Amino acid sequence: MPDTTTPGLAAARLGRDELKANFADLHEPLDPHEAAVAADRCYFCYDAPCITACPTSIDIPLFIRQIATGTSEAAAKTIFDQNILGGMCARVCPTETLCEEACVREAAEGKPVEIGRLQRHATDTLMAKQAHPYVRAASTGKKIAVVGAGPAGLAAAHRLAMLGSDVTIYDARSKAGGLNEFGIASYKSTNDFAAREVDWLLGIGGITIQTGKTLGSDLSLDELSTDYDAVFLAVGLGGVNALSVDGEDNSGVSDAVDFIGDLRQASELASLPVGRDVVVIGGGMTAVDAAVQSKLLGARNVTIAYRRGRDRMSASPYEQELAASKGVQLLFNVQPAAIHDGEIELAYTDGSHETLRLPADQVFKAIGQTLVTDAGLALDGRKIAVDPNGRTSRKGVWAGGDCASGGDDLTVTAVAEGRDAAMDIHATLMGGK
Amino acid sequence: MADLTSDFLGIKSPNPFWLASAPPTDKEYNVRRAFEAGWGGVVWKTLGMEGPPVVNVNGPRYGAIYGADRRLMGLNNIELITDRPLEVNLEEITRVKADYPDRAIIVSLMVPCEEQAWKDILPKVAATGADGIELNFGCPHGMSERGMGAAVGQVPEYIEMVTRWCKQYYDKPVIVKLTPNITDVRKPAAAAMRGGADAVSLINTINSITSVNLDSMSPEPSIDGKGSHGGYCGPAVKPIAMSMVSEIARNPDTHGLPISGIGGVTTWRDAAEFMALGCGNVQVCTAAMTYGFKIVEEMISGLSQWMDEKGYENLHDFVGMAVPNVTDWKYLNLNYIAKAVISQDDCIKCGRCYAACEDTSHQAISMSADRVFEVIDAECVACNLCVDVCPVQDCISMVPMKAGEVDPRTGKVVSDDYANWTTHPNNPGAVAAE
Repeated sequence: MPDTTTPGLAAARLGRDELKANFADLHEPLDPHEAAVAADRCYFCYDAPCITACPTSIDIPLFIRQIATGTSEAAAKTIFDQNILGGMCARVCPTETLCEEACVREAAEGKPVEIGRLQRHATDTLMAKQAHPYVRAASTGKKIAVVGAGPAGLAAAHRLAMLGSDVTIYDARSKAGGLNEFGIASYKSTNDFAAREVDWLLGIGGITIQTGKTLGSDLSLDELSTDYDAVFLAVGLGGVNALSVDGEDNSGVSDAVDFIGDLRQASELASLPVGRDVVVIGGGMTAVDAAVQSKLLGARNVTIAYRRGRDRMSASPYEQELAASKGVQLLFNVQPAAIHDGEIELAYTDGSHETLRLPADQVFKAIGQTLVTDAGLALDGRKIAVDPNGRTSRKGVWAGGDCASGGDDLTVTAVAEGRDAAMDIHATLMGGK
Repeated sequence: MADLTSDFLGIKSPNPFWLASAPPTDKEYNVRRAFEAGWGGVVWKTLGMEGPPVVNVNGPRYGAIYGADRRLMGLNNIELITDRPLEVNLEEITRVKADYPDRAIIVSLMVPCEEQAWKDILPKVAATGADGIELNFGCPHGMSERGMGAAVGQVPEYIEMVTRWCKQYYDKPVIVKLTPNITDVRKPAAAAMRGGADAVSLINTINSITSVNLDSMSPEPSIDGKGSHGGYCGPAVKPIAMSMVSEIARNPDTHGLPISGIGGVTTWRDAAEFMALGCGNVQVCTAAMTYGFKIVEEMISGLSQWMDEKGYENLHDFVGMAVPNVTDWKYLNLNYIAKAVISQDDCIKCGRCYAACEDTSHQAISMSADRVFEVIDAECVACNLCVDVCPVQDCISMVPMKAGEVDPRTGKVVSDDYANWTTHPNNPGAVAAE
């Protein structure tokens, strides 16, 4: 039987029970009494800073007051009105850098109202109790193509369906959900939540999903533009940036996003191989998710190697602490110089020209993702250029989410962009502009 | 989807949530903000007679009682009626009513107990287009020293007299706002009814001193070292208000008299409780003053959700439904026997139930060396104190005994027959149950 000391890649380094415990909910859901106590701490601030800090502008004080008065379903409705993926966002939002950072009690006491957990309490309550809470408006007779079934695409599709249009979503993968389904650490979305949320969202009706359809090969923008009244592109970033060092093609080197996706789709955690000594290159949430999960699978040593200092790391201090608490080592100001057999050579970026070597039977690349195809649209940097309404350089084509310019690459930002583009598509089609 | 539309005395409003006559309704600016926020109606802050307006103190007008974490539980005020000229208020009321025809605007009034004073002001109020008037017979501070407010509300004959004048000189609904600073609220309510009042609203604020500064030895709020009793309101007064409302609702003399419920309404649930006790609508002040006008959104969504869950389509489906269940003590079923049950799974072993029961009640809870707390059925009278002091919701519950079981405290078999004090053998005035 393999264990944490087994060299090379090995599956089942930990027992089944330990794996199960490791990948359980990162934060247990609040029970009703805990929710009442947590809600009681909200001051119901005027023009509340938490609302401003939320990319989807959820009316946080209102939904918390609704929880406090025993109407969590009404609270959920307040959330979903702004963010139809409020259930997932409650789990994956870096609240510590968004709403909870802005909470006046964070400034006053260093202890914000637990907005994320309260949001989960409300959305879970409604989703467990009630079928889909929205109804569609009268048919507009319009047909809209959405490419990409991730957060931006789903949010746009839901809003358009609600406003009365018929939507077809195309997605390259075998399953809808995008990064919610494939790109987020398992302990943030337990019990197949992403898939359940998609099913629940589709309860509005009027949305068809076609999987296995990739823009550029199976679909062309010209055809979509001809067949539909409008097109919303939310294809995400499918490519992974290369390290461009010797040894990058070694068998132990792979993309962190694939590892995270495989883990999410695995029916048996004990079947997933992981190295004994794992090194993750990068400094974002993907790096942390890959590193923490490697550790939870039973890797003995896991190191995140980041080329800049801690203050530049895009993973929040909270995420850094999470990694450290799970036993992940954080190395700063180092970048890969070469990957050898069973070893990685890192060079310090502090001008010292020194290098260090770490044992590494598995190396994950998490240094950012890139657009796979520009579909002939104007770019802004390396992303599809869009205006504040999500309009691209081509008439009748909108884009949002990670593939489009502007915004942080967060689930919640993608939802906001999808929702707002949908409103603009609707206004444009109905106004005949 | 529940319909929250309210029809109170023929006055329509999109929901039953009105702002009470108080500082939040003193000016056009505030009232417009209230309507934009979604309030169904307002009772404009009390107008006085023409001439130089009253003046207010220039120090603190409010004092407060807090729960932990400074949650405001009770507020007291020594503010008087509007200190702005009558004409200004009337012009503003006219403008706002014209701009918000779907919202209710009631004008609160307080002028001296002289027929001419009322005869003078009522046509001016009628000209504003407001939907009705509310007679402020409740303010317990300042104005009462001048023979108005609570000074009128404490004399049923005055209430009846002034109400009659108002019905004589004014065509639209007349609501009489009652003071709680009396011994039996049924008397002023009946007097208002005799005078022809279309409705009563209650409660106005309660005489109070919120605290005493132990350095300056001045009551709070302190004006240059002195304090005066103010009117108490907010969540703390709700139980008092609900009792008074229920007394009027179930009193045969006043049963059916429309009531506008006031007193600590903070959430949809408070409103639903007042309405279940017979109030056609509710008025809110302290909650708005504490949290802003936006709270009405929670009241609307909460009442709507609850009505949907219960299958109530309109407000009148549940208004007054609890009134038949308010009764005299002597009619409570003495054969109803319950026992406390402590859920060991939920118990956090704090021992508060034990302290309460052992020190102050019936020694009906046992405590083991390893802090297991259990109810002793042979001692438990089901007083509910352990439930009330337990910090864990639903950890201790009161479970009724079934008919046929033997109550270990009395040794008697539990009966499912209804039997009350009027027929109890211990009652010297017991009457035969025929």
